Amino acid sequence: MLTYLAKRLLEMIPTLFGITLISFLIIHLAPGKPTDALSEMNPKMTPEARERLEKYYGLDKPVMVQYGLWLKRIVRLDFGESFSMDRRPVMQKIWDTKQPITERRLFITFMLNLMAMIIILLIAIPIGISSATHQHTLFDKITTTTVFVGFAMPSFWLALLLMLLFGVYLDWLPISGLKSMNYDVLPFWGKVIDRVRHLVLPLFVVAFGSLAADSRYMRSSMLEVIRQDYVTVARAKGLSEKAVIYRHAFRNALLPLITLIGLSVPGLIGGSVIFENIFGIAGMGQLFFNGVMARDYPLIMAILTIGAFLTLLGNLLADVGYMLADPRIRTGQ
Amino acid sequence: MKRTVFLSALFLLTLIITGCRQRNTGTAGSDVKNGDDKPAYGDAIVEGTIGEPSNLIPMLASDSASHAVSGLIFNGLVKYDTDLSITGDLAESWDISPDGLVITFHLRKGVRWTDGAEFTADDVLFGYRTIIDEKTPSAYKEDFLQVKKAEVLDRFTFRVTYDKPFAPALTSWGSLVILPKHLLEGKDITKSDMTRDPIGLGPYKLSKWVSGQELLLESNKDYFEGRPYIDHYIYKVIPDPATMFLELKTGGIDMMGLTPIQYTKQTDTAFFKENYRKYRFPAFQYTHLAFNQKHPWFSDKRVRQAIAFGIDKKEIVDVVLFGLGSPATGPYVPNTWPYNPNVKKYEYNPEMARQLLRDAGWQDTDGDGIVDKDGKPFQFTILTNAGNALRKNTATIIQWRLEKIGIKVDIRTVEWSTFINQFIDKKRFEAVLLGWSIGLDADQFDIWHSTKTKEKELNFISFSNAEVDELLEKGRRTFDLEKRKKAYFRIQEILAEEVPYIFLYVPDATPIVHARIRGIRPTPIGISYNLPKWYVPKILQRHAMVP
Repeated sequence: MLTYLAKRLLEMIPTLFGITLISFLIIHLAPGKPTDALSEMNPKMTPEARERLEKYYGLDKPVMVQYGLWLKRIVRLDFGESFSMDRRPVMQKIWDTKQPITERRLFITFMLNLMAMIIILLIAIPIGISSATHQHTLFDKITTTTVFVGFAMPSFWLALLLMLLFGVYLDWLPISGLKSMNYDVLPFWGKVIDRVRHLVLPLFVVAFGSLAADSRYMRSSMLEVIRQDYVTVARAKGLSEKAVIYRHAFRNALLPLITLIGLSVPGLIGGSVIFENIFGIAGMGQLFFNGVMARDYPLIMAILTIGAFLTLLGNLLADVGYMLADPRIRTGQ
Repeated sequence: MKRTVFLSALFLLTLIITGCRQRNTGTAGSDVKNGDDKPAYGDAIVEGTIGEPSNLIPMLASDSASHAVSGLIFNGLVKYDTDLSITGDLAESWDISPDGLVITFHLRKGVRWTDGAEFTADDVLFGYRTIIDEKTPSAYKEDFLQVKKAEVLDRFTFRVTYDKPFAPALTSWGSLVILPKHLLEGKDITKSDMTRDPIGLGPYKLSKWVSGQELLLESNKDYFEGRPYIDHYIYKVIPDPATMFLELKTGGIDMMGLTPIQYTKQTDTAFFKENYRKYRFPAFQYTHLAFNQKHPWFSDKRVRQAIAFGIDKKEIVDVVLFGLGSPATGPYVPNTWPYNPNVKKYEYNPEMARQLLRDAGWQDTDGDGIVDKDGKPFQFTILTNAGNALRKNTATIIQWRLEKIGIKVDIRTVEWSTFINQFIDKKRFEAVLLGWSIGLDADQFDIWHSTKTKEKELNFISFSNAEVDELLEKGRRTFDLEKRKKAYFRIQEILAEEVPYIFLYVPDATPIVHARIRGIRPTPIGISYNLPKWYVPKILQRHAMVP
């Protein structure tokens, strides 16, 4: 087991290296330069001034030299400084140590996605199981339709409608942001309630849109398991339907979900731009999107590298999870 | 078990709903009795913004959000008055030598940085030296590289000398170059704390900046023009315009810029009329259709004029801007001093357009509705940047109008950076639909002079006219307003005759502000110039902010 883990971890290094190289080349292939945002359409910008800026950012060197310099920094875990006008270290933009932890972008996105993931699993798994055990019933049809409506509905549109209803007409919930203006003076429980109130709409919108995938996976894997011989045996033994489904079938049906959860690990730090913009949430999606628009290479590379690392880690975790959950894989080795 | 879960869920829900903010629906409009409407200190104003500021040192930032905030924190030596004349700010007065080469600024005495240090001429010299420094990545260097010599005569006198008279010189000494020397000397300005936590001397000072969310500014009680009435100015980042509008509706923000449809339709309700005031004035920008002068078809003046006659500018303003703008006739904003109202205007005239095309040899010989010449149909592409709905709609209307005079137009939108690098810089375009922000100074040397046509320069349409070149030079080399006016008037006549651009429209800026906020006086330069003088009468104050 340990040798297997060590082997997998070692294998990650060349993969990660390859991913960063390709990412670096591709973002430099995209037309445009970081100096564009600073200087484009500014009547006061001369070509000489532009050259000075490019030299300042090290953009006058060949791409491979730039990659080498980047790599040299990255092995010391230094993601460099952003090319945007504020020139802050990239890590400070992602994880701003001068702010309380709840205001740091990575934390905000991570917590939001984690909460959303838990909510989705808590709802999707029961839905999936029930629609499998009650296949082709009215309940199955209604839940299937509902989750697909959620899947198909554009999240920005749903978000705006909900804001209009709950924020403007009913005035029950705040519209955007993650806390109120008077947050700092609220007592502890007031702060908690304030946070929850701000989270209701965003979490609902994310969860509603993502129920389909997980519940359908759960449904189909449950359907497959129910038809297995050992389930028939369990039933023949006279076990109650509850025991058959939840003790015997459920565990085995969870296997594909392990893969799914493993794959969603990198998603935990990658926010959605549309969603974050609509709700005015300062998360990673916004940061990355603005970084791409401004051709802020160090920032893009940092987020891509972290994302690539987490993807590989997620795959590894899924494999390990499989080994733990499924004796066939463990012994088959 | 199930019951307790249900009950606690219900309890939580009740808490959440009842915990909602008391919305202040008290009317803020006209029912304040006479005498209560006096200026008072206190309250806060919340402005919504789509973009977050990036850097609060003015010379290092080139986005409008950064300048909007740093403009409240820093002042310049001079500033524009409401009639666009130049007036003193940190400089009490200034002398210009008769040859226009030497400007001597006499600074205000007793102005203090918010950390208590006194503002002196050394701070100006320091700012100047910083901006021309090789290591300072500033997009605004060029005006300052024209300076031959800058010197401090005494603590409150600062003198600059130029090689040649340079009219934009005076206004360049705005807030870009006023920096606290005692805090920045010997430091790398790009890495300084000042970029996110500046010490200034303006009406407001920054007290908190939460990345991606909001900037909280507090009034500078010792501001040299008097303490601002409104205690707090909050700049709230809401990247989505629709969300921002909903926040306005619920009172989450007090001030934002409206889109044309929001201005004309969505705020045309009793609620908005009672609680908000809308303002409208021409923005300092214009939208135009520019032709590549090197393109064989567009090098013929008659073709450009024909297209100008084939476009109905009034219609574009009415449809795209809902009437919130005015047709443009040249590169200046109507009712400002360089604007020449008496140039050739191209009223919509499809007959004239067809005639001009015929004169230039374009005729529909094969009967397909598109004019052709030497067997080639007149078909070209209007390029514009993606993500700007106003421009795309404008292009669509132009496409429809030009089809009526026998010209087929394709529209292509491209992402900004790609647009600039692959098409503008390489001059790979036939016509582009773009906008310019107009500086408050009339000098447009870089846009129209024939030497400014190299890659990355701004005369990307390769416009070349010897008389315009000469007039541009003349206009920037004198401080005499009458002489400058004459030069710029003539330039506009030539541009109207030659049609290198079709000047389409000057849009209006349309901010909305909560009605409890008083003291707003609209002028040609907008409303925010006197923000420190805005106030909320005591009984209407809404936010009792904690320090």
